[in-house]
Amino acid sequence: MPQHTTLSSPSRRGLLSAAALGGMGLLAGRARADTFDFHVPGGPSTRPMTTTYPEKGRMIVQRTRPPWLETPFDVFDTGVFTPNDQHFVSWHWATFPTHVDTGSFALKVHGLVERPQALSLRELIYDLPRFEIAAVSQCAGNSRLYAQPRVAGAQWANGSMSNALYAGVRLKDVLDRAGVKGGATHVQFGGLDEPMLPDAPKFVKALDIDHARDGEVMLAFAMNGQQLPMLNGFPLKLIVPGWSAVYWIKMLDDIEVTDHPDPSVWTTRSYRVPDTPNHTVEPGQKGFGMVPITRNLPRSFVTNLKPGDSVPVGAPQPVRGIAFGGDRGVAAVDLSLDGGRTWQPTTLGRDEGTYSFRQWQATISLPARGAHTVMARCTNADRVVQPMRRVWNPGGYMSNQVETLDLVAA
Amino acid sequence: MSRSLRTALLAGLLAGSAPALAAAPLELRPTPEVDLPFGDDIGFPAGPGSDVIASNCTACHSADHTLNQPALSREEWHAVVDKMITAYKAPITPEDARVIVDYLARVKGEP
Repeated sequence: MPQHTTLSSPSRRGLLSAAALGGMGLLAGRARADTFDFHVPGGPSTRPMTTTYPEKGRMIVQRTRPPWLETPFDVFDTGVFTPNDQHFVSWHWATFPTHVDTGSFALKVHGLVERPQALSLRELIYDLPRFEIAAVSQCAGNSRLYAQPRVAGAQWANGSMSNALYAGVRLKDVLDRAGVKGGATHVQFGGLDEPMLPDAPKFVKALDIDHARDGEVMLAFAMNGQQLPMLNGFPLKLIVPGWSAVYWIKMLDDIEVTDHPDPSVWTTRSYRVPDTPNHTVEPGQKGFGMVPITRNLPRSFVTNLKPGDSVPVGAPQPVRGIAFGGDRGVAAVDLSLDGGRTWQPTTLGRDEGTYSFRQWQATISLPARGAHTVMARCTNADRVVQPMRRVWNPGGYMSNQVETLDLVAA
Repeated sequence: MSRSLRTALLAGLLAGSAPALAAAPLELRPTPEVDLPFGDDIGFPAGPGSDVIASNCTACHSADHTLNQPALSREEWHAVVDKMITAYKAPITPEDARVIVDYLARVKGEP
Protein backbone atom coordinates (compact mmCIF):
# COMPACT_ATOMS: atom_id res chain seq x y z
CA MET A 1 0.00 0.00 0.00
CA PRO A 2 1.56 3.32 -1.04
CA GLN A 3 2.97 5.37 1.79
CA HIS A 4 1.83 8.68 0.41
CA THR A 5 -1.83 7.91 0.34
CA THR A 6 -4.49 7.53 2.93
CA LEU A 7 -6.83 4.81 1.88
CA SER A 8 -10.49 4.82 2.59
CA SER A 9 -10.35 2.27 5.33
CA PRO A 10 -13.49 0.21 5.08
CA SER A 11 -13.52 -0.28 8.81
CA ARG A 12 -13.41 3.42 9.44
CA ARG A 13 -16.95 4.28 8.48
CA GLY A 14 -18.73 1.87 6.30
CA LEU A 15 -17.80 -1.71 5.87
CA LEU A 16 -18.03 -3.24 9.28
CA SER A 17 -21.08 -1.34 10.29
CA ALA A 18 -22.75 -2.14 7.00
CA ALA A 19 -21.90 -5.80 7.32
CA ALA A 20 -22.89 -5.95 10.94
CA LEU A 21 -26.10 -4.05 10.51
CA GLY A 22 -27.00 -5.25 7.04
CA GLY A 23 -29.36 -7.85 8.39
CA MET A 24 -31.20 -5.38 10.57
CA GLY A 25 -33.13 -3.74 7.79
CA LEU A 26 -33.31 -0.11 6.92
CA LEU A 27 -30.86 2.28 8.47
CA ALA A 28 -31.45 5.97 8.44
CA GLY A 29 -29.37 7.64 5.76
CA ARG A 30 -27.45 10.80 6.50
CA ALA A 31 -28.58 14.04 4.93
CA ARG A 32 -30.42 12.51 2.03
CA ALA A 33 -32.17 15.55 0.68
CA ASP A 34 -34.72 14.02 -1.65
CA THR A 35 -35.30 11.29 -4.17
CA PHE A 36 -35.34 11.15 -7.94
CA ASP A 37 -37.84 9.00 -9.86
CA PHE A 38 -36.74 7.64 -13.25
CA HIS A 39 -40.23 6.20 -13.92
CA VAL A 40 -39.00 2.87 -15.27
CA PRO A 41 -40.81 -0.46 -14.92
CA GLY A 42 -39.24 -3.73 -13.83
CA GLY A 43 -37.42 -2.67 -10.70
CA PRO A 44 -36.75 0.10 -8.22
CA SER A 45 -37.44 3.38 -9.99
CA THR A 46 -36.36 5.94 -7.40
CA ARG A 47 -32.91 6.84 -6.12
CA PRO A 48 -31.80 9.14 -3.33
CA MET A 49 -30.27 12.48 -4.19
CA THR A 50 -27.24 13.47 -2.16
CA THR A 51 -24.91 16.35 -1.50
CA THR A 52 -22.75 14.43 0.98
CA TYR A 53 -19.89 13.35 -1.28
CA PRO A 54 -16.73 15.46 -1.16
CA GLU A 55 -16.32 18.10 -3.87
CA LYS A 56 -19.64 17.00 -5.35
CA GLY A 57 -22.88 18.90 -5.70
CA ARG A 58 -26.34 17.41 -6.00
CA MET A 59 -25.97 13.92 -7.43
CA ILE A 60 -28.14 10.82 -7.84
CA VAL A 61 -26.92 7.90 -5.71
CA GLN A 62 -26.83 4.75 -7.82
CA ARG A 63 -24.54 3.08 -5.30
CA THR A 64 -23.11 4.32 -2.01
CA ARG A 65 -19.89 2.29 -1.94
CA PRO A 66 -17.88 2.26 -4.06
CA PRO A 67 -19.65 5.32 -5.34
CA TRP A 68 -21.74 5.40 -8.46
CA LEU A 69 -23.03 8.98 -8.61
CA GLU A 70 -25.13 9.98 -11.59
CA THR A 71 -25.34 13.48 -13.05
CA PRO A 72 -28.93 14.80 -12.82
CA PHE A 73 -30.02 15.21 -16.43
CA ASP A 74 -31.12 18.83 -16.11
CA VAL A 75 -27.42 19.72 -15.69
CA PHE A 76 -26.92 19.00 -19.40
CA ASP A 77 -29.19 21.91 -20.34
CA THR A 78 -27.01 24.41 -18.50
CA GLY A 79 -23.98 24.37 -20.80
CA VAL A 80 -21.76 22.35 -23.07
CA PHE A 81 -19.29 21.52 -20.28
CA THR A 82 -20.46 19.61 -17.23
CA PRO A 83 -19.54 21.32 -13.95
CA ASN A 84 -16.85 19.40 -12.09
CA ASP A 85 -19.02 19.10 -9.00
CA GLN A 86 -21.69 17.33 -11.04
CA HIS A 87 -19.41 15.24 -13.26
CA PHE A 88 -20.56 11.63 -12.78
CA VAL A 89 -18.57 9.31 -10.51
CA SER A 90 -17.89 5.59 -10.94
CA TRP A 91 -15.42 3.36 -9.11
CA HIS A 92 -14.93 -0.39 -9.32
CA TRP A 93 -13.25 -0.87 -5.93
CA ALA A 94 -13.93 1.04 -2.71
CA THR A 95 -10.31 1.08 -1.58
CA PHE A 96 -9.08 4.26 -3.17
CA PRO A 97 -7.23 7.09 -1.44
CA THR A 98 -9.10 9.72 0.49
CA HIS A 99 -5.93 11.82 0.42
CA VAL A 100 -3.04 12.10 -2.04
CA ASP A 101 0.20 13.85 -1.14
CA THR A 102 0.93 16.00 -4.20
CA GLY A 103 4.59 16.24 -3.18
CA SER A 104 5.37 12.54 -3.12
CA PHE A 105 2.93 11.26 -5.75
CA ALA A 106 4.80 9.56 -8.59
CA LEU A 107 3.65 8.29 -11.97
CA LYS A 108 5.63 5.17 -12.75
CA VAL A 109 6.40 4.33 -16.38
CA HIS A 110 7.98 0.93 -16.73
CA GLY A 111 8.03 -2.29 -18.70
CA LEU A 112 9.40 -2.22 -22.24
CA VAL A 113 11.03 1.19 -21.97
CA GLU A 114 14.63 2.37 -22.18
CA ARG A 115 14.41 4.70 -19.18
CA PRO A 116 11.86 3.77 -16.50
CA GLN A 117 10.31 6.88 -15.02
CA ALA A 118 8.88 7.99 -11.71
CA LEU A 119 7.41 11.35 -12.65
CA SER A 120 6.35 13.82 -10.01
CA LEU A 121 3.35 16.06 -10.52
CA ARG A 122 5.76 18.94 -10.71
CA GLU A 123 7.64 17.32 -13.58
CA LEU A 124 4.39 16.58 -15.39
CA ILE A 125 3.17 20.15 -14.94
CA TYR A 126 6.41 22.00 -15.71
CA ASP A 127 8.67 19.79 -17.81
CA LEU A 128 6.37 18.45 -20.50
CA PRO A 129 4.42 20.33 -23.18
CA ARG A 130 0.94 21.20 -22.08
CA PHE A 131 -1.99 19.68 -23.98
CA GLU A 132 -5.67 20.51 -23.82
CA ILE A 133 -8.71 18.71 -25.24
CA ALA A 134 -12.46 18.66 -24.71
CA ALA A 135 -13.95 15.19 -24.42
CA VAL A 136 -17.05 13.35 -23.32
CA SER A 137 -16.54 10.75 -20.63
CA GLN A 138 -19.34 8.19 -20.90
CA CYS A 139 -19.69 4.99 -18.92
CA ALA A 140 -20.02 1.94 -21.19
CA GLY A 141 -23.25 1.16 -19.34
CA ASN A 142 -24.82 4.59 -19.65
CA SER A 143 -28.61 4.20 -20.10
CA ARG A 144 -28.61 0.56 -18.96
CA LEU A 145 -31.65 1.40 -16.82
CA TYR A 146 -33.70 1.59 -20.02
CA ALA A 147 -32.72 -1.83 -21.42
CA GLN A 148 -35.73 -3.97 -22.33
CA PRO A 149 -35.68 -6.57 -20.98
CA ARG A 150 -33.77 -5.16 -18.00
CA VAL A 151 -30.27 -6.47 -17.31
CA ALA A 152 -27.99 -6.59 -14.28
CA GLY A 153 -25.32 -3.95 -13.75
CA ALA A 154 -25.11 -0.33 -12.71
CA GLN A 155 -28.62 0.96 -13.32
CA TRP A 156 -27.56 4.22 -14.91
CA ALA A 157 -30.16 6.38 -16.59
CA ASN A 158 -28.69 8.82 -19.12
CA GLY A 159 -26.45 10.64 -16.67
CA SER A 160 -23.27 8.56 -16.52
CA MET A 161 -21.73 10.92 -19.04
CA SER A 162 -20.03 14.28 -18.66
CA ASN A 163 -18.11 16.68 -20.85
CA ALA A 164 -15.01 18.57 -19.73
CA LEU A 165 -12.08 20.53 -21.05
CA TYR A 166 -9.02 18.61 -19.89
CA ALA A 167 -5.52 20.00 -19.45
CA GLY A 168 -2.40 17.96 -18.92
CA VAL A 169 0.23 16.23 -21.02
CA ARG A 170 0.14 13.90 -24.00
CA LEU A 171 0.68 10.25 -23.20
CA LYS A 172 2.95 10.20 -26.27
CA ASP A 173 5.29 12.72 -24.66
CA VAL A 174 5.45 10.70 -21.45
CA LEU A 175 6.15 7.50 -23.41
CA ASP A 176 8.81 9.24 -25.50
CA ARG A 177 10.51 10.45 -22.35
CA ALA A 178 10.73 6.84 -21.20
CA GLY A 179 11.69 5.56 -24.65
CA VAL A 180 9.48 2.73 -25.88
CA LYS A 181 11.49 -0.34 -26.82
CA GLY A 182 11.03 -2.29 -30.02
CA GLY A 183 8.52 -5.10 -29.68
CA ALA A 184 6.15 -3.11 -27.51
CA THR A 185 2.54 -3.62 -28.57
CA HIS A 186 0.38 -2.39 -25.68
CA VAL A 187 0.34 0.02 -22.77
CA GLN A 188 -1.44 -0.92 -19.55
CA PHE A 189 -2.74 1.59 -17.04
CA GLY A 190 -3.49 1.31 -13.33
CA GLY A 191 -4.46 3.70 -10.56
CA LEU A 192 -4.24 4.03 -6.81
CA ASP A 193 -7.47 2.10 -6.27
CA GLU A 194 -6.94 -1.42 -5.01
CA PRO A 195 -9.26 -4.42 -4.76
CA MET A 196 -11.00 -4.99 -1.46
CA LEU A 197 -9.98 -8.64 -1.34
CA PRO A 198 -6.47 -10.03 -1.81
CA ASP A 199 -7.30 -12.36 -4.71
CA ALA A 200 -9.55 -9.93 -6.55
CA PRO A 201 -8.31 -8.42 -9.81
CA LYS A 202 -6.85 -4.94 -9.75
CA PHE A 203 -8.71 -2.62 -12.09
CA VAL A 204 -6.55 -2.01 -15.16
CA LYS A 205 -7.13 -1.26 -18.84
CA ALA A 206 -4.78 -1.20 -21.83
CA LEU A 207 -4.48 0.48 -25.22
CA ASP A 208 -2.50 -0.68 -28.19
CA ILE A 209 0.77 1.17 -28.65
CA ASP A 210 -0.26 3.16 -31.73
CA HIS A 211 -3.41 4.40 -30.00
CA ALA A 212 -1.42 5.28 -26.89
CA ARG A 213 0.96 7.35 -29.04
CA ASP A 214 -1.65 9.06 -31.22
CA GLY A 215 -1.02 12.46 -29.63
CA GLU A 216 -4.58 12.78 -28.31
CA VAL A 217 -4.60 10.25 -25.49
CA MET A 218 -3.46 12.32 -22.54
CA LEU A 219 -2.95 12.51 -18.80
CA ALA A 220 -5.07 15.25 -17.24
CA PHE A 221 -4.27 17.10 -14.06
CA ALA A 222 -6.99 19.68 -14.63
CA MET A 223 -10.56 19.65 -15.87
CA ASN A 224 -12.51 22.81 -16.70
CA GLY A 225 -9.63 24.85 -15.31
CA GLN A 226 -9.59 23.22 -11.89
CA GLN A 227 -7.70 20.32 -10.41
CA LEU A 228 -9.62 17.05 -10.56
CA PRO A 229 -12.10 16.30 -7.80
CA MET A 230 -10.83 13.39 -5.69
CA LEU A 231 -13.76 11.23 -6.83
CA ASN A 232 -12.98 11.96 -10.49
CA GLY A 233 -9.40 10.79 -10.18
CA PHE A 234 -7.23 13.40 -8.47
CA PRO A 235 -4.42 14.03 -9.10
CA LEU A 236 -4.06 12.47 -12.56
CA LYS A 237 -6.47 10.79 -14.94
CA LEU A 238 -6.00 9.02 -18.26
CA ILE A 239 -8.13 10.67 -20.94
CA VAL A 240 -8.90 8.55 -24.01
CA PRO A 241 -10.87 10.93 -26.25
CA GLY A 242 -13.70 9.22 -28.09
CA TRP A 243 -13.41 5.99 -26.11
CA SER A 244 -15.53 4.59 -23.33
CA ALA A 245 -14.84 5.98 -19.85
CA VAL A 246 -13.86 2.53 -18.63
CA TYR A 247 -10.46 3.27 -20.16
CA TRP A 248 -10.13 6.60 -18.34
CA ILE A 249 -8.12 5.29 -15.39
CA LYS A 250 -8.50 7.51 -12.33
CA MET A 251 -5.71 8.34 -9.88
CA LEU A 252 -3.38 7.07 -12.61
CA ASP A 253 0.00 6.16 -11.14
CA ASP A 254 1.19 3.19 -13.21
CA ILE A 255 1.92 2.91 -16.93
CA GLU A 256 3.40 -0.36 -18.12
CA VAL A 257 4.54 -0.88 -21.70
CA THR A 258 4.03 -4.52 -22.66
CA ASP A 259 4.20 -6.92 -25.56
CA HIS A 260 0.77 -8.46 -25.07
CA PRO A 261 -2.91 -7.49 -25.00
CA ASP A 262 -4.63 -6.77 -21.68
CA PRO A 263 -5.07 -10.15 -19.95
CA SER A 264 -7.28 -8.83 -17.15
CA VAL A 265 -10.88 -9.85 -16.52
CA TRP A 266 -11.86 -6.22 -17.13
CA THR A 267 -11.24 -6.86 -20.82
CA THR A 268 -11.44 -10.64 -21.24
CA ARG A 269 -14.67 -11.12 -19.26
CA SER A 270 -16.23 -7.73 -18.48
CA TYR A 271 -16.91 -4.77 -20.72
CA ARG A 272 -17.63 -6.86 -23.80
CA VAL A 273 -20.35 -6.54 -26.41
CA PRO A 274 -21.66 -8.70 -29.26
CA ASP A 275 -19.82 -8.24 -32.55
CA THR A 276 -23.18 -7.72 -34.28
CA PRO A 277 -24.52 -4.54 -35.96
CA ASN A 278 -25.07 -1.89 -33.28
CA HIS A 279 -23.92 -4.54 -30.76
CA THR A 280 -27.52 -5.70 -30.66
CA VAL A 281 -28.87 -9.23 -30.23
CA GLU A 282 -32.19 -10.78 -29.24
CA PRO A 283 -32.58 -11.82 -25.60
CA GLY A 284 -31.57 -15.46 -25.39
CA GLN A 285 -29.80 -15.40 -28.76
CA LYS A 286 -26.68 -17.57 -29.01
CA GLY A 287 -23.85 -18.01 -31.43
CA PHE A 288 -22.36 -14.54 -31.72
CA GLY A 289 -18.85 -13.36 -30.90
CA MET A 290 -18.01 -10.93 -28.14
CA VAL A 291 -15.52 -8.07 -28.48
CA PRO A 292 -14.12 -5.55 -26.00
CA ILE A 293 -15.89 -2.22 -25.72
CA THR A 294 -13.78 0.50 -27.30
CA ARG A 295 -15.04 3.71 -28.90
CA ASN A 296 -18.12 5.74 -28.11
CA LEU A 297 -20.97 5.92 -30.59
CA PRO A 298 -23.03 8.96 -31.63
CA ARG A 299 -25.83 10.05 -29.30
CA SER A 300 -28.13 13.02 -28.94
CA PHE A 301 -30.54 14.19 -26.28
CA VAL A 302 -33.19 16.88 -25.87
CA THR A 303 -32.30 18.82 -22.72
CA ASN A 304 -34.88 21.61 -22.42
CA LEU A 305 -38.00 19.42 -22.39
CA LYS A 306 -38.86 16.43 -20.24
CA PRO A 307 -41.04 13.41 -21.03
CA GLY A 308 -44.69 14.34 -20.64
CA ASP A 309 -44.13 18.09 -20.90
CA SER A 310 -47.01 20.07 -22.32
CA VAL A 311 -46.31 22.59 -25.09
CA PRO A 312 -48.68 25.08 -26.77
CA VAL A 313 -50.35 23.65 -29.86
CA GLY A 314 -49.42 25.32 -33.12
CA ALA A 315 -46.92 27.70 -31.55
CA PRO A 316 -43.18 27.91 -32.18
CA GLN A 317 -41.49 25.71 -29.61
CA PRO A 318 -37.73 25.87 -29.09
CA VAL A 319 -36.06 22.49 -28.75
CA ARG A 320 -32.44 22.25 -27.76
CA GLY A 321 -30.04 19.64 -26.58
CA ILE A 322 -26.62 18.08 -26.72
CA ALA A 323 -25.02 15.52 -28.99
CA PHE A 324 -21.70 13.82 -29.36
CA GLY A 325 -20.32 11.88 -32.29
CA GLY A 326 -18.37 9.23 -30.38
CA ASP A 327 -14.89 8.90 -31.85
CA ARG A 328 -15.70 11.40 -34.62
CA GLY A 329 -17.20 14.86 -34.53
CA VAL A 330 -20.87 15.69 -34.83
CA ALA A 331 -21.83 16.23 -38.48
CA ALA A 332 -25.56 16.78 -37.96
CA VAL A 333 -28.39 16.49 -35.49
CA ASP A 334 -31.84 16.05 -37.00
CA LEU A 335 -35.31 15.95 -35.48
CA SER A 336 -38.33 13.91 -36.46
CA LEU A 337 -41.90 14.60 -35.40
CA ASP A 338 -43.39 11.67 -37.34
CA GLY A 339 -41.69 8.63 -35.89
CA GLY A 340 -38.64 8.82 -38.12
CA ARG A 341 -40.31 9.12 -41.55
CA THR A 342 -39.02 12.64 -42.14
CA TRP A 343 -36.25 14.58 -40.49
CA GLN A 344 -35.53 18.27 -40.14
CA PRO A 345 -32.12 19.75 -39.45
CA THR A 346 -31.07 21.56 -36.30
CA THR A 347 -28.56 24.36 -35.90
CA LEU A 348 -25.35 23.19 -34.27
CA GLY A 349 -23.70 25.26 -31.58
CA ARG A 350 -20.04 26.18 -31.28
CA ASP A 351 -17.62 23.35 -32.08
CA GLU A 352 -15.55 22.68 -28.95
CA GLY A 353 -13.68 19.81 -30.60
CA THR A 354 -14.19 16.39 -32.11
CA TYR A 355 -14.87 14.58 -28.84
CA SER A 356 -16.92 17.22 -27.02
CA PHE A 357 -20.62 17.57 -26.50
CA ARG A 358 -22.06 19.81 -29.22
CA GLN A 359 -25.11 21.85 -28.43
CA TRP A 360 -27.91 22.06 -31.01
CA GLN A 361 -31.22 23.86 -31.30
CA ALA A 362 -34.29 24.05 -33.50
CA THR A 363 -37.81 25.37 -33.45
CA ILE A 364 -40.71 22.99 -33.95
CA SER A 365 -44.45 23.40 -34.02
CA LEU A 366 -46.84 20.66 -32.98
CA PRO A 367 -49.85 21.02 -35.27
CA ALA A 368 -52.60 19.22 -33.37
CA ARG A 369 -53.67 18.70 -29.80
CA GLY A 370 -52.65 15.45 -28.19
CA ALA A 371 -49.63 13.21 -27.89
CA HIS A 372 -46.56 13.75 -30.01
CA THR A 373 -43.05 12.39 -30.09
CA VAL A 374 -39.85 14.20 -30.85
CA MET A 375 -36.88 12.13 -31.98
CA ALA A 376 -33.32 13.47 -32.05
CA ARG A 377 -30.70 11.74 -34.20
CA CYS A 378 -26.98 12.43 -34.41
CA THR A 379 -24.87 11.67 -37.47
CA ASN A 380 -21.11 11.77 -36.95
CA ALA A 381 -18.38 12.83 -39.35
CA ASP A 382 -17.91 9.21 -40.46
CA ARG A 383 -21.65 9.17 -41.38
CA VAL A 384 -22.36 6.80 -38.51
CA VAL A 385 -25.99 7.41 -37.57
CA GLN A 386 -27.80 6.53 -34.38
CA PRO A 387 -29.93 3.44 -35.03
CA MET A 388 -33.73 3.56 -34.82
CA ARG A 389 -33.88 0.01 -33.45
CA ARG A 390 -33.30 -0.27 -29.70
CA VAL A 391 -29.86 -1.51 -28.75
CA TRP A 392 -29.91 -4.59 -26.52
CA ASN A 393 -27.15 -6.89 -25.36
CA PRO A 394 -26.71 -9.01 -22.22
CA GLY A 395 -24.36 -6.51 -20.56
CA GLY A 396 -26.56 -3.50 -21.20
CA TYR A 397 -23.67 -1.70 -22.90
CA MET A 398 -23.32 0.95 -25.60
CA SER A 399 -26.94 1.96 -25.82
CA ASN A 400 -27.23 4.64 -28.50
CA GLN A 401 -30.54 4.28 -30.29
CA VAL A 402 -32.46 7.40 -31.32
CA GLU A 403 -34.11 8.86 -28.22
CA THR A 404 -37.86 9.43 -28.28
CA LEU A 405 -39.37 12.23 -26.22
CA ASP A 406 -43.11 12.10 -25.56
CA LEU A 407 -44.80 15.51 -25.45
CA VAL A 408 -48.38 16.71 -25.22
CA ALA A 409 -49.62 19.62 -27.33
CA ALA A 410 -52.39 21.53 -25.62
CA MET B 1 -19.79 28.46 -17.03
CA SER B 2 -17.33 27.25 -19.57
CA ARG B 3 -16.15 30.66 -20.71
CA SER B 4 -14.99 31.96 -17.37
CA LEU B 5 -13.44 28.65 -16.36
CA ARG B 6 -11.80 28.31 -19.70
CA THR B 7 -10.51 31.83 -19.51
CA ALA B 8 -9.07 31.10 -16.11
CA LEU B 9 -7.54 27.93 -17.44
CA LEU B 10 -6.01 29.64 -20.41
CA ALA B 11 -4.66 32.43 -18.28
CA GLY B 12 -3.41 30.12 -15.59
CA LEU B 13 -2.23 27.08 -17.45
CA LEU B 14 -1.57 28.12 -20.96
CA ALA B 15 -0.04 31.55 -20.70
CA GLY B 16 2.26 32.02 -23.63
CA SER B 17 3.16 29.40 -26.17
CA ALA B 18 3.78 25.78 -25.33
CA PRO B 19 7.57 26.00 -24.94
CA ALA B 20 7.14 28.72 -22.32
CA LEU B 21 4.99 26.56 -20.13
CA ALA B 22 7.59 26.30 -17.41
CA ALA B 23 6.29 29.69 -16.32
CA ALA B 24 2.72 28.48 -16.00
CA PRO B 25 1.71 29.00 -12.41
CA LEU B 26 -0.52 25.97 -11.93
CA GLU B 27 0.02 24.24 -8.63
CA LEU B 28 -2.15 21.38 -7.52
CA ARG B 29 -3.59 22.20 -4.15
CA PRO B 30 -2.99 19.48 -1.59
CA THR B 31 -6.44 18.28 -0.69
CA PRO B 32 -7.52 17.59 2.84
CA GLU B 33 -8.48 14.01 3.50
CA VAL B 34 -11.97 13.62 2.15
CA ASP B 35 -14.74 11.99 4.11
CA LEU B 36 -16.72 9.46 2.12
CA PRO B 37 -20.30 8.88 3.29
CA PHE B 38 -19.96 5.13 2.99
CA GLY B 39 -21.97 4.59 6.16
CA ASP B 40 -25.10 5.91 4.47
CA ASP B 41 -26.00 2.60 2.88
CA ILE B 42 -29.43 1.31 3.82
CA GLY B 43 -28.45 -2.34 4.23
CA PHE B 44 -30.37 -5.42 3.17
CA PRO B 45 -33.99 -5.87 4.28
CA ALA B 46 -34.16 -8.41 7.08
CA GLY B 47 -35.35 -11.89 6.26
CA PRO B 48 -34.08 -15.41 5.58
CA GLY B 49 -30.56 -15.12 4.20
CA SER B 50 -30.13 -11.40 4.84
CA ASP B 51 -27.22 -12.08 7.19
CA VAL B 52 -25.58 -14.31 4.58
CA ILE B 53 -25.87 -11.79 1.74
CA ALA B 54 -24.69 -8.96 4.01
CA SER B 55 -21.63 -10.83 5.23
CA ASN B 56 -20.65 -12.08 1.76
CA CYS B 57 -21.41 -9.09 -0.43
CA THR B 58 -20.93 -5.86 1.52
CA ALA B 59 -17.16 -6.29 1.82
CA CYS B 60 -16.93 -5.01 -1.75
CA HIS B 61 -20.14 -3.04 -2.29
CA SER B 62 -22.99 -1.49 -0.41
CA ALA B 63 -26.40 -3.13 -0.36
CA ASP B 64 -27.98 -0.44 -2.53
CA HIS B 65 -25.90 -1.79 -5.42
CA THR B 66 -27.92 -4.99 -5.18
CA LEU B 67 -31.26 -3.51 -4.17
CA ASN B 68 -31.26 -1.11 -7.14
CA GLN B 69 -31.01 -4.02 -9.58
CA PRO B 70 -34.12 -4.89 -11.61
CA ALA B 71 -36.18 -8.00 -11.04
CA LEU B 72 -34.24 -10.87 -12.55
CA SER B 73 -34.83 -14.59 -13.00
CA ARG B 74 -33.13 -17.10 -10.70
CA GLU B 75 -30.90 -18.06 -13.62
CA GLU B 76 -29.84 -14.45 -14.06
CA TRP B 77 -29.18 -14.05 -10.33
CA HIS B 78 -27.13 -17.22 -10.39
CA ALA B 79 -25.07 -15.81 -13.25
CA VAL B 80 -24.53 -12.57 -11.32
CA VAL B 81 -23.35 -14.37 -8.19
CA ASP B 82 -21.19 -16.70 -10.28
CA LYS B 83 -19.50 -13.72 -11.93
CA MET B 84 -18.78 -12.20 -8.53
CA ILE B 85 -17.09 -15.47 -7.54
CA THR B 86 -15.24 -16.41 -10.72
CA ALA B 87 -14.36 -13.01 -12.19
CA TYR B 88 -14.04 -10.83 -9.11
CA LYS B 89 -12.94 -13.57 -6.69
CA ALA B 90 -15.59 -13.10 -4.01
CA PRO B 91 -14.93 -15.91 -1.50
CA ILE B 92 -18.51 -17.19 -1.40
CA THR B 93 -19.13 -20.86 -0.62
CA PRO B 94 -21.51 -22.82 -2.86
CA GLU B 95 -23.91 -23.13 0.07
CA ASP B 96 -23.91 -19.38 0.70
CA ALA B 97 -24.28 -18.73 -3.03
CA ARG B 98 -27.51 -20.74 -3.00
CA VAL B 99 -28.81 -18.80 0.01
CA ILE B 100 -27.94 -15.51 -1.71
CA VAL B 101 -29.73 -16.48 -4.92
CA ASP B 102 -32.78 -17.55 -2.89
CA TYR B 103 -32.74 -14.24 -1.01
CA LEU B 104 -32.47 -12.20 -4.20
CA ALA B 105 -35.19 -14.12 -6.01
CA ARG B 106 -37.48 -13.62 -3.00
CA VAL B 107 -36.67 -9.99 -2.18
CA LYS B 108 -36.23 -8.68 -5.72
CA GLY B 109 -38.99 -10.71 -7.33
CA GLU B 110 -38.97 -12.25 -10.77
CA PRO B 111 -39.56 -10.29 -13.96
